[in-house]
Amino acid sequence: MSSTVFLALQANDDTRHVIDAIMADNPAASLDPQPAMVRITAPGTLVVRRETIEELVGRDFDLQELHVNMISLSGRVDETDDIFTLSWDR
Amino acid sequence: MDMPVTKKKKLGLKERYALMTRGLGWEPSYQPIDDIFPMDRFEGIKIHDWDAWEDPFRLTMDAYWKYQAEKERKLYAIVDAFAQSNGHLTLSDARYINTVKLFVNGFAPLEYMSHRGFAHIGRQFRDVGPRVACMMQSLDEMRHSQTQIHAISNYNRYYSGMAEFRHHHDYLPYLQVPKSFFEDAATGGPFEFIVAIGFAFEYVLTNLVFVPFISGAAYNGDMGAMTFGFSAQSDEARHMTLGLEVIKFVLEQDPVNVPIVQKWLNKWTWRGVRLLTLVAMMQDYMLPKRVMSWAEAWEIYFEENCGALFRDLARYGIVMPPCVEQIRLERDHLSHIAWCHFYQARGTSDFHVWLPSKEDMDWLSAKYPDTFDRYYRPRYEYWAKCEAEGKPFEATAVPMQCQVCQIPMMFTEPGDPLTLCQRHADYKGEQYHFCSDHCRDIFEDEPEKFIQSKIAGHEVFKGNAFRPGTDPTAEGFNPAAEALAFFRIEHGRDNGLHNGSTDERNFALWRGLAKAND
Repeated sequence: MSSTVFLALQANDDTRHVIDAIMADNPAASLDPQPAMVRITAPGTLVVRRETIEELVGRDFDLQELHVNMISLSGRVDETDDIFTLSWDR
Repeated sequence: MDMPVTKKKKLGLKERYALMTRGLGWEPSYQPIDDIFPMDRFEGIKIHDWDAWEDPFRLTMDAYWKYQAEKERKLYAIVDAFAQSNGHLTLSDARYINTVKLFVNGFAPLEYMSHRGFAHIGRQFRDVGPRVACMMQSLDEMRHSQTQIHAISNYNRYYSGMAEFRHHHDYLPYLQVPKSFFEDAATGGPFEFIVAIGFAFEYVLTNLVFVPFISGAAYNGDMGAMTFGFSAQSDEARHMTLGLEVIKFVLEQDPVNVPIVQKWLNKWTWRGVRLLTLVAMMQDYMLPKRVMSWAEAWEIYFEENCGALFRDLARYGIVMPPCVEQIRLERDHLSHIAWCHFYQARGTSDFHVWLPSKEDMDWLSAKYPDTFDRYYRPRYEYWAKCEAEGKPFEATAVPMQCQVCQIPMMFTEPGDPLTLCQRHADYKGEQYHFCSDHCRDIFEDEPEKFIQSKIAGHEVFKGNAFRPGTDPTAEGFNPAAEALAFFRIEHGRDNGLHNGSTDERNFALWRGLAKAND
């Protein structure tokens, strides 16, 4: 069984589309809204894709902008220009 | 957010990271490298290939400044707005302010210690990669300390218990618990420090402080705490990743590192959990509007999260620390034991306490069906009766404290909640006392370190908790009153019961004025 990974983000106007993009790119993910924040969990792996976010926000997006609204995470991190991956899978 | 994104990047993230970290380093030519970095070998950790270490976020200094500046702009816009609009009067209840007091006294100074610790080890690792990451973390921790103190200073203008936070952190007995935690880490070597703080403090503890608790602050109307909390935690996500990457890197470098890291994980899991006792109590008892119980937060952020980490580390031969068994047995007792203790010992605290209402107790028994009604409700009902009769119960004796975690010996035997747990060890003709097998194990591994613990209760008996010039032989000398004066606790204002306190009265008065014209 895969361990759960999660990404917690502040719930605000900057993250609205980011959250939508993550949910679109990760069919197995589930969204847990809490006061002022959301926690997105997924079995094994969660990906955040720059392109999907750019389509939704209608502008160029640098994945490192995530740092501003990121609250917490669980899983091994790998970040490139195009994709931010959280994973416990080998 | 309005941040320009460069259209045509000349270099990718990986190349920029390589150039902006290792690309800035150099090989020393006229000094041996062991003389330049004398501290990263004595712990016995063997590193063969420092290049194998990489910050998974690949954060470079230019990006760091840009995003940290954006975080600061957002933070101060909200902190200022909260202060300008008398935001403290929109809180759910005046009792909430006591969590802010606990925060500034117990937690903000730890952020400052963390700043110092990372500045120190950022100098001590011989490779540029971890040095750059430690430098950024050191700056982050300074920012956390400053923004927390700054945001909470708005409360200090109106309420008690916060003005002397630095002095209280250094001397007040209950605050020696967080203080000694960080002093223990900071006096270890650089690898122990980064394992201790990266794992126990960032991965386990800050997740439980900043996520469910700060979400609770938002729920209770505290925009200031919500903002500094989330702003800090956005850095913590990076810190815990750094800590875990260091652990993985060290384990991959040499098999001799495995038992050393296992020992540190065992020690710091336990030390972190003992420190979390304060957070458990905040979450179950001090938030007037509650988001989730301590036990529920524990399930997510310890059981699930640490379970995932230890399953991941199993490939190196790392196992779950043995203390986890006792931690599970204590889960449904921790917050109740702590609040009962603080209620009884309220004379030497710098925040106010109260008995849970009937509604509070019903919530607690729903959340803790196996423990609350059986062991804790009867105590609260008895103390409520004492209060109603005008004879509130208070413990005024100086408690015996654990030599390692410094918590008063209030915990019960694992699996036997009606027997107090006490352990002892002899060392060089002296007897030392512990709250648990695990604290005793930590002591026995490094007795020369822990015999130096400054125990607040002992300091009182040694006469070190009096102001200069105090004469204990003078007629009518009152040691308890003198100790409070030394601690800078104004008796009757800073300590004691919330009901009837100046804070409770002022909050009601000012909130009334805020809704009326005269």
